[in-house]
Amino acid sequence: MAVQTSHTPLMLTITEEHEMLLNAVRDFAQKEIVPIAEKFDESGDFPMDTIKKMAGMGLMGIEVPEEYGGAGMDVLAYVLALTEIAKADASHSTIMSVNNSLYCNGIMLFGTEEQKQKWVKPVASGEKIGAYSLTEPMSGSDAATMASRAVLNAAGTHYIINGRKSWVTSGPVADYIVLFTMTDPSKGSKGISAFLIDANQKGLIRGKKEPKLGIRASATSEIIFEDYECPVENLLGKEGDGFKIAMSVLDAGRIGIAAQALGIAEAAYEKAVAYARERQAFGQAIGQFQMIQQKIADMKTRIEAARHLIYNACLAKMRYKATGARYTLEASMAKLFASETAMFVTDEALQIHGGMGYSKEMPLERYYRDARITRIYEGTSEIQRMVIARNELGMR
Amino acid sequence: MHIVTFTRSTPDTTAKVEVNGKGEVTWGDAATVVNPWDEYSLEEAIVQAKNVGGKATVIAIGTEMHNEALKHSLAMGLDAAVRVWSDGLDVTDSLHWATAAAAAVNKVGDVGLVIFGKESVDTGTDQHIYQTARKLGWTMLSYVAKILELDAANKTIKVEKVLEGGKQVLTAKLPAVISVMKGINEPRYPSFIGIRKASKAEIPVWSLSDLGVTLPAASTQLVGYSNLPVQEVVTEIIDGATPQEKAEKLVEKLLEAKVL
Ligand SMILES: Cc1cc2nc3c(=O)[nH]c(=O)nc-3n(C[C@H](O)[C@H](O)[C@H](O)COP(=O)(O)OP(=O)(O)OC[C@H]3O[C@@H](n4cnc5c(N)ncnc54)[C@H](O)[C@@H]3O)c2cc1C
Repeated sequence: MAVQTSHTPLMLTITEEHEMLLNAVRDFAQKEIVPIAEKFDESGDFPMDTIKKMAGMGLMGIEVPEEYGGAGMDVLAYVLALTEIAKADASHSTIMSVNNSLYCNGIMLFGTEEQKQKWVKPVASGEKIGAYSLTEPMSGSDAATMASRAVLNAAGTHYIINGRKSWVTSGPVADYIVLFTMTDPSKGSKGISAFLIDANQKGLIRGKKEPKLGIRASATSEIIFEDYECPVENLLGKEGDGFKIAMSVLDAGRIGIAAQALGIAEAAYEKAVAYARERQAFGQAIGQFQMIQQKIADMKTRIEAARHLIYNACLAKMRYKATGARYTLEASMAKLFASETAMFVTDEALQIHGGMGYSKEMPLERYYRDARITRIYEGTSEIQRMVIARNELGMR
Repeated sequence: MHIVTFTRSTPDTTAKVEVNGKGEVTWGDAATVVNPWDEYSLEEAIVQAKNVGGKATVIAIGTEMHNEALKHSLAMGLDAAVRVWSDGLDVTDSLHWATAAAAAVNKVGDVGLVIFGKESVDTGTDQHIYQTARKLGWTMLSYVAKILELDAANKTIKVEKVLEGGKQVLTAKLPAVISVMKGINEPRYPSFIGIRKASKAEIPVWSLSDLGVTLPAASTQLVGYSNLPVQEVVTEIIDGATPQEKAEKLVEKLLEAKVL
């Protein structure tokens, strides 16, 4: 394991429990998701049936304690399960990751007891679908410059929310949303607050579903707020805590996206190895050619390096649970490297398949399109590099 | 009322099963899985136990390898798991197996229904099911496609059985032994909470002396295993000017080969 300067035990153990979970998720993903992935990629429909089945197993609130409807497992369980789901289909893993690390995790960290009971339980148990809404049309990487507003009414009972949020994963189907919006524009990022939003209430309009390059079965849309009345008890944390909440939730989220990227890369890699063994050219298996061997060696090495950076981030998150020390750096490094690995591996795996890789007869082109998102959401690769470098340089 | 079901770990159906140089059956490093037919009996045991407000217990007879199937069963939601094993128990002898199975069912106590999957996928056999029913002296209902009613108070069971070209509805007195078909239900995947419980579970082992049985001499003898002869496949493309001519040539060849 990576050498760390903090007093973290450098041990991550895959227990019998983890192994049983891995087998169960793999079995489920291969039997239930693999056969439908292509169809849902094509149609762009939301795969509600399989998402509900995943919820039934406990995949929608893996780290949420049992008393709040979750499975009560650790971050390693989350990573192993998410990788396996992503290996079958990236869209399913996107929906799963938002529910787990962006939605449930944020409320578990910053919510009151009543908020956890009301807002986490139904999502962790899979009855409802959660979403996380930070991005706006004019603010993505620079999230703190958002234009949407929440204003406390005269009676002090409700915040009146107005504005347009964009790129909300599961937006078209979400029941509940953790929303970030500005309560005090004069304070910049310290003027942002987080709210728990019932998406089926008046004043919330779902925009059209975005047509996308990849993860097409994960529905993404704009959400428009028009005088939406949010009761004051649905404020998450305190007024002005929003940016802090958004960023610390993203630390956990980035470990999830790294695991997703790893899963996509592994799926492509396994197909490439099988094809390189089988496909004949110039009278031999193409795996005999040095240039193909180089690709295999580089893919495998990067995949294992990504896996270890993810494990390192898991350790850092476990340390955070014990000491409260943030794991932003470890999460960013894992996300950056794993997502760039997914791009590299899906590209080379497609190349190894030649024309067949380009065909919709095989899933290689889907892996290639799906991998692309991992370099963009939850902080682009540029933003991850910025986070890592600023941390190292001590510059803000 | 108690419901009992049996299971075993079998090589994954996609594994390449072979006989090695020493005459042992091997499947490389492929995983073992719950006998695929048993997924349905396990699910049915959970559902029926819940319906009658009873308890569902799963039993495996064999070496430690079968703990894996038992843990999977617990993770699915079975209430309890037991493994039966003693040196000298010959599980390839179905009468040995059934003698131990019947004794285990009696030891569980208050059992109203024993549910089996249709067969074991590895040995491709099902006689141990009927022998178990005989040893218990209970009614045997095979190939059950649906349990229409399980009445714990009146001690009856009503089932739908699949027959060749039809179905049959039967009512029988409990206790009974049934074997169920695929499609009787949709087996659940283990839940994470179930997995957490199962991974911590200690599975008790009952020996033959715990069961109070002495086995009869094995009535079958295992001489050895051998691989299937390799089949030679010869491909021939039939030429002909018209589809008609090709079909005629094909029929001729099939008649020649005594296929038709
Ligand atoms: C499919 C999908 C799902 C999404 N789901 C969600 C969701 O559920 N919730 C949510 O809130 N958001 C979501 N997003 C939004 C996503 O997080 C943003 O798209 C992302 O953060 C980038 O923001 P942007 O699109 O505004 O790009 P911009 O911020 O406009 O960036 C454009 C380019 O400039 C670069 N750049 C920006 N700033 C810097 C800098 N300081 N230094 C160097 N380069 C820089 C970027 O890296 C990028 O290459 C989703 C996006 C997509 C595509």
